Amino acid sequence: MATTTTATTTKLWGGGKSPFNVEYGKLMMWYFLMSDAFTFGAFLISYGTIRFSTNGWPDPNEVFKSFPFAPEGMNAPLVFVSIMTFILIISSVTMVLAVHAGHNMDKKGVVKNLIWTIIGGLAFLGCQAWEWTHLHHEGAWWGSNPFLNADGTASSTNFTNYFFTITGFHGFHVFSGVIINIVMLIMTLMDKFEQRGHYLMIEKAGLYWHFVDLVWVFVFTCFYLV
Amino acid sequence: MSHSVGHEETHGGGTSEIKKVTIILSVLTIIELALGFWMIGMENKGLVLAIKGAIIILMLAKAFYIVGYFMHLKHEIKNLIMTIVVPLALFIWFIIAFLADGNSFRNLRNTYDPYFKEQSTIKVEKKEHGSHGAAAGAHADTTHKSEGAVENKH
Repeated sequence: MATTTTATTTKLWGGGKSPFNVEYGKLMMWYFLMSDAFTFGAFLISYGTIRFSTNGWPDPNEVFKSFPFAPEGMNAPLVFVSIMTFILIISSVTMVLAVHAGHNMDKKGVVKNLIWTIIGGLAFLGCQAWEWTHLHHEGAWWGSNPFLNADGTASSTNFTNYFFTITGFHGFHVFSGVIINIVMLIMTLMDKFEQRGHYLMIEKAGLYWHFVDLVWVFVFTCFYLV
Repeated sequence: MSHSVGHEETHGGGTSEIKKVTIILSVLTIIELALGFWMIGMENKGLVLAIKGAIIILMLAKAFYIVGYFMHLKHEIKNLIMTIVVPLALFIWFIIAFLADGNSFRNLRNTYDPYFKEQSTIKVEKKEHGSHGAAAGAHADTTHKSEGAVENKH
């Protein structure tokens, strides 16, 4: 009785109906992602501030010019990172397809697309692991920067510190995303969502995965392109 | 009651929309990369700056498509969109204020710190990386570590 009266008297938040028309978990995932966006934003803006306060900066096309199994001294700027970017975009697409299949209660479709998403995530992590190892062999690490500024002057360690911290933080997000997707895959295979009658959980995992892709769009631009 | 929780049909989108957005994202990325390749070795500072600006606009366009369509925010109700987007508007101030601060710090140091100014004009020789092979890797690593230590003492 009480609920019906509140629903008619209060327009914004009667308590009887979800005002944002999404379930609690999804709304909270959005707010978590918003806070995570601020974390990444703070990192990237800090990087930008330091870069703006420095006279020279290494040329990304000089630093990131290698490719696995490429002949020695091969100059292939941007090529490897483009592959990483496309891997992440494609894995984002397969995640959307998984969510879409979930809406249609298509268990097979969810499983297939989740597996592709997990493979994409692992491929991205593999690429990043190769790149880090390669840079480490060149002498780059936290606190050590073998590269010169684009104009030939000595560079500070800010460049490598920011690169490893931010791509590392992003890589950790990719790693957790892969774990979350594996959990989703196991839950799907165990028919958990069929029993619940909906695949809304996949949607929340999907939001997280797209966010990881979104962050890479920014990291990729800030470190490799601009 | 135009919306109902958990009802697929009201969410909009579908496989055709997914395909469309995938193509848009790929094309934007390819344009970004093409601009990136074009910039390599470019001398004209003004043009480089313009291209960098274009890349950042393309980046924001990609972000819009990912959040709007893949994350479905565009199909949510307006109240939800606002609670997410309005707080993020803080970034506008955040970016302008901090980058301006960094820029001003550089100008101040160039004006008042002769050592800082001098360091940015002295060209140093490119350090030898040696071969990238596994055998030289460990050796190169130690030399760079010590060089890093020397730099820090300045």
